[in-house]
Amino acid sequence: MSTVVLLAVTGLGLGALYFLVASGLSLIYGLMHVLNFAHGSFLTLGAFLGWMVAQRIDATSWLGFAVSMLVGAAVGALVAALTELVLIRPLYERHIEQVLVTVGLSLATVALFEGIWGSDARFIRGPEWLDRTTSIAGAAIPNDRFVVIAVAGVVLVAIVMFLRHTRYGMIIRAGVENRAMVTALGIDVRRSFTLVFTIGGAAAGLGGVLASHYFGYVSPSLGGSLLIFAFIVTVIGGLGSLTGAAVASVLVALLQQFANYYLSGTGDFVVVLALAAVLLVRPTGLMGARA
Amino acid sequence: MTSTPGEPVLAVEHLRADIDGQQVVEDVSLTVPSSGVTAILGRNGVGKTSTLRAILGLIHRTGDIRLAGERIDRLPTHKIVQRGVGYVPEDREVFAKLTVAENLRLAVRTAQPRHDLVDALFPDLVGRRDQVAGTLSGGQQQMVSLARALVNDNRILLVDEPTKGLAPRVVLEVTDALEEAAKTVPILLVEQNLDVVRRLAGPAIVIEGGRVVHTGDATALLDDADLTTRLLGVHGDISSEVAR
Repeated sequence: MSTVVLLAVTGLGLGALYFLVASGLSLIYGLMHVLNFAHGSFLTLGAFLGWMVAQRIDATSWLGFAVSMLVGAAVGALVAALTELVLIRPLYERHIEQVLVTVGLSLATVALFEGIWGSDARFIRGPEWLDRTTSIAGAAIPNDRFVVIAVAGVVLVAIVMFLRHTRYGMIIRAGVENRAMVTALGIDVRRSFTLVFTIGGAAAGLGGVLASHYFGYVSPSLGGSLLIFAFIVTVIGGLGSLTGAAVASVLVALLQQFANYYLSGTGDFVVVLALAAVLLVRPTGLMGARA
Repeated sequence: MTSTPGEPVLAVEHLRADIDGQQVVEDVSLTVPSSGVTAILGRNGVGKTSTLRAILGLIHRTGDIRLAGERIDRLPTHKIVQRGVGYVPEDREVFAKLTVAENLRLAVRTAQPRHDLVDALFPDLVGRRDQVAGTLSGGQQQMVSLARALVNDNRILLVDEPTKGLAPRVVLEVTDALEEAAKTVPILLVEQNLDVVRRLAGPAIVIEGGRVVHTGDATALLDDADLTTRLLGVHGDISSEVAR
């Protein structure tokens, strides 16, 4: 029983990380039809700069941890907004070129991060409470899992509230359905492009700081490794569906954790099988719009 | 928003348009007077819808397009619409996951939206503001689509096959609404239902193979059985109560 609880909570924590990355990917694809391969770079940069700031304040204090999350989110948002404005916007409606630019940016930024911080992982510390465990049904759950799950929950609620109760949120929801019709109502939908990149970048940057605590290190490849699973989550959930991304994040992470434990470390393989099964049975994903 | 009486509200010259390199409008020139309904007619696939979409900049096009004398063919779609062009697309294209109220709110571009007019024309929508648009009937969705255009004070409405696929009773309601709307704003109407055209339209423009092949009075065209059969492939006899 305790093993199941441990795997479930750890899976939820990993799912929370996937969601922080996949939420932005899904919104960006839904509205702009761009698969953003540079999204992992926003995460990595948020993690590195968040860690640097935490060190300057006091990495083991709650203040340092809180500020590192704010810095991670801010850096992710800023770099994502600049990416959209400088690299994506000039290639408006040229989807292949836009994707190629994001691929190039992801490769270039990893090389840049290695040049600045080296290619080895840097092990990090946080508030002491994060390194301790809490016992639930006999399972010793690392406390950082609870923080990741709580933050992802807050981000999910915040994005949903934004989408439901603001004019820009309404424009984004409408644009995901029919972008041309939004412009035909006299709305400059390109402003929303920058906004979804910014929101996605903020979530990714925040995810970077939390991922570094979850895994215990930060490295230039941190974003890339999470991005692969975030893409799988986005496709399984249904491209453009935030709810789909949230549901698929949890399903994929739980599947991965349980398969790793009960099926001899085959979690990644099982996840890819699940992706193939979803694509065969329901190509639009669990909650994507039917073609 | 109004234009100078006598001056066409919309003037299009040598419009050409393509979709992914496929030429869909070859050479269309037309003018829309500052009042009443101007119909664009033609058989299926001759470029009527593409002409409207090209005027709005929704597809790639070249040519000279002027709205109340101002050239708009180099403007992006949203700026053309902001200058007072309302658009009611073929197949309604309401935002299915948004509520009726959200569909309307999204369309509002003015500080004083004409909600009273919309409520008067489409009373069926008043009690459905919180209903998700995708759950409405086809006729109700068409009303939402028309309401999105009518809620603003436009210089012209581009309306694309508003009665397509609707039940006869709803066709009548939509036609009534368009007739009422035409008292305040000129309309460029693409329509296959000739009864609706006969009732609403003054001038008519017939397109064939992406080119204008006939311009004249709609009633005169529909009264000429040979001409109607040759240009539209059907006869223009009144066949329903729509034409009254």
